[in-house]
Amino acid sequence: MRASDLPIKYRLMMKAYRWRRIEPVPAALLRQPLASARVAIVTSAGLVVRGEPPFDLARRGGDPSFRLIPDAAAPADLEIHHRSEAFDRTGLARDLNVAFPRDVLAELARAGSIGSVAARHVSFMGSITAPGRLIRESAPEAAAVLHADRVDVALLVPV
Amino acid sequence: MSLVASVLEKSGIATVVLSVLPEVSAHLTAPRTLLVPFGLGAPVGPPDDRDTQRRVLQAALALTAEGAVPVTRVWEGAV
Repeated sequence: MRASDLPIKYRLMMKAYRWRRIEPVPAALLRQPLASARVAIVTSAGLVVRGEPPFDLARRGGDPSFRLIPDAAAPADLEIHHRSEAFDRTGLARDLNVAFPRDVLAELARAGSIGSVAARHVSFMGSITAPGRLIRESAPEAAAVLHADRVDVALLVPV
Repeated sequence: MSLVASVLEKSGIATVVLSVLPEVSAHLTAPRTLLVPFGLGAPVGPPDDRDTQRRVLQAALALTAEGAVPVTRVWEGAV
């Protein structure tokens, strides 16, 4: 997919958006083989467990909060709350793994390619044009949850 | 999501980003990025194509073994 294939509204938004650069790029090295590492998903598909507060689709600058998705949550209990019209939901509705690859990770864990799958995953909505609170508050909170669950690797899946 | 990646990396968690938009990743430079040829909304691969999805995740997670970051690879597998 090229950005030039996007609807004009999103092309203009990307052109005007002031990309935040973080330099130098901070990097944590994985100090163990992947085969013993615990992996969590961080998706921006806007998934919410049924019954929990939905993302605020109208909030200026985007809703920077996140929801936790138990690895064991049933697909029927997961809802998609997303403000962006730029991405195709049909794939996600048919097979959550296209943006929330929980079953794929389970397969990799069974095969011994990864150590284990985290008990909880993290879901953001994305479409956040004013990321101040995301950087200062919600992303560090998500990091704390992943640390509590002893996660070694986060797989980020932006839709 | 590259911003979230930076926060997680600073806290000690290694991250890998799947990206369907090369232009955006070039701007933001997460430590480890796999560029994939799928549409917006399905970075892991086509629905119900578990074989492709598994190979995409294997390629993405393998980036954690790279010593030098930032590293960006292009998914070369068949679509």
